[in-house]
Amino acid sequence: MSETKILLRGRKVVGGIAEGEALVTRETISGWGGVNPMQGKIIETRHELRGETFKDKVLVFRGAKGSSGWSVVFHTTRLAGTAPKALVFNEMTTKVALGAVVLRAPAVTDLDRDPLDVIETGDWVVVDGAGVTVEVRKRQQSAKRA
Amino acid sequence: MAHGGREEIERVKLTENEQAMLEGREGAAKQKAMELLVRYAEALGVDRFVDVTNVAGVPGQASVFLSNYYKEAGGGYDAIFSHFDLDSDELVDVPKVATHSCHLQGGYDPDNWQLLGASPEAARVSRESEAYAVGKGIEILKTCTPYLVGNVPKKGEHCAWMESSAVVYCNSVLGARTNTEGRESTSAAMLTGKIPDFGFHREESRRGTHAVRVETEIESLMDWGMLGYFVGDAVQEHIPVLTGRYGQPDVIRYKHFGAAAASSGGVELYHIVGVTPEAPTEAAAFGGNVPRETFVYDAAARRRVYDNLNANARDPNVDYVMLGCPHAALEQIEEACRLLGGRKISANCRLWIFTSRIIKHQADRAGLTKIIRDAGGHVLTDTCSAIGQALPPGTKVAALDSAKQVHYLPAIMGIEAWFGSTADCINAALTGRWNGELR
Repeated sequence: MSETKILLRGRKVVGGIAEGEALVTRETISGWGGVNPMQGKIIETRHELRGETFKDKVLVFRGAKGSSGWSVVFHTTRLAGTAPKALVFNEMTTKVALGAVVLRAPAVTDLDRDPLDVIETGDWVVVDGAGVTVEVRKRQQSAKRA
Repeated sequence: MAHGGREEIERVKLTENEQAMLEGREGAAKQKAMELLVRYAEALGVDRFVDVTNVAGVPGQASVFLSNYYKEAGGGYDAIFSHFDLDSDELVDVPKVATHSCHLQGGYDPDNWQLLGASPEAARVSRESEAYAVGKGIEILKTCTPYLVGNVPKKGEHCAWMESSAVVYCNSVLGARTNTEGRESTSAAMLTGKIPDFGFHREESRRGTHAVRVETEIESLMDWGMLGYFVGDAVQEHIPVLTGRYGQPDVIRYKHFGAAAASSGGVELYHIVGVTPEAPTEAAAFGGNVPRETFVYDAAARRRVYDNLNANARDPNVDYVMLGCPHAALEQIEEACRLLGGRKISANCRLWIFTSRIIKHQADRAGLTKIIRDAGGHVLTDTCSAIGQALPPGTKVAALDSAKQVHYLPAIMGIEAWFGSTADCINAALTGRWNGELR
């Protein structure tokens, strides 16, 4: 039952506390045209997460790319009830900043260790946008998904 | 950069006027707009705003989804603007805009919504949200190419634009200054004339970061589109500086190059040495930066880009040809007419050309719309197949002359798409078969 906990510290993007299972990608995410907001699903052709849904998960990703509709798509996921619980990302841009603001979910960036090296899909992650920490509880090996 | 639970939150320093708006002394709508902009500035980690004199967004644009969603919240367009555009929990009275503002693409062509497959309700919502924006003093351009229809900010002007292909044009070709803004930030900027002083508003953030050596001749529109797609994929969201074998691009080539680079990556500013305004020399374009990486675009790279853009297409039977991404310039509609050469398109294929209302008006006057219609095609406005999620019924395989549209349309609509020259596309419309190749 031993559980590895790792604490990352960074900068607040949006305050609040939320936790959930991590969905991790080293790739940037395209909002409009790359995400179906009604399903909370990544649809971009050739994206490593194509077909995956982020509803109620902590989305851990490199950053945002593509259309300026990024914020509208993530804003719409909040209305549609398909939004991620929190955002953890590396690269600050206007797209991801505005998207995080209107998503109103805790968001943290500029962490003291690369979250893409530390967090794996399936880990349990607690994002505290006020205290500006990300607590990572590593999943058990046996729980590893195929 | 210091880490370790940095508690300090960037306090945004407000001018007297900004403070007045934030405190509600200029009305509830401007207060909500400032609140959103302050949250946005804090998220970006910047502590001040710039004054913007040119804002391009999609203010108050309603879909059937949004209009139903806010029905209980008081309904109407002020509800959509308050709750969605300004992300406000409170319903506010929205005043006229405070700075020059225009509406980009969106909604449905008011004359052809049925052809586009819109429901009467969707067409009504599109019409009503347009009327709402008109009432707020917003110029209705209904295009992704405001720079083709008279909205041309000057060098150094602070802007707040949406639409990645317009943003990259604004920064790179015009030397004006904008980040890729979103709907909420542009709507808030329209009411306040403010946007966070982040990124491309600052001189030091506009310098090149990556070098691209162009070692194969770049001439045609298709060449510029493929080069853009290569550059975006190579540098992602960074700032490329191009040198090498290209001539002076025209407006259409800039349009396709930038749109492609903003799709395959996140390019918002590029410099082409000897061509674009902030790149008189390579040294000036880099402004003291040492290139982090150098990419070479040669014949082999060109072939890879072409194959990549066509990787999703198998079926040579083309049932739809779409031109006008970004929205067609008048010369492009003229070229389509010339390539059609008085022939009719295949009974198995549809041809839709998307443009702005202003250029459509010119095309009507010049007799070009009639030529397209006589051939069996349509000239449409306000939207495109990707933005409007509108395809001719039964479309399975499209042919496109835009790398950007090839990037998006198959993913959004679940169809196959071929990429090629405008001539390849018109040929596909005439024969119903794809015969394009890399020349």
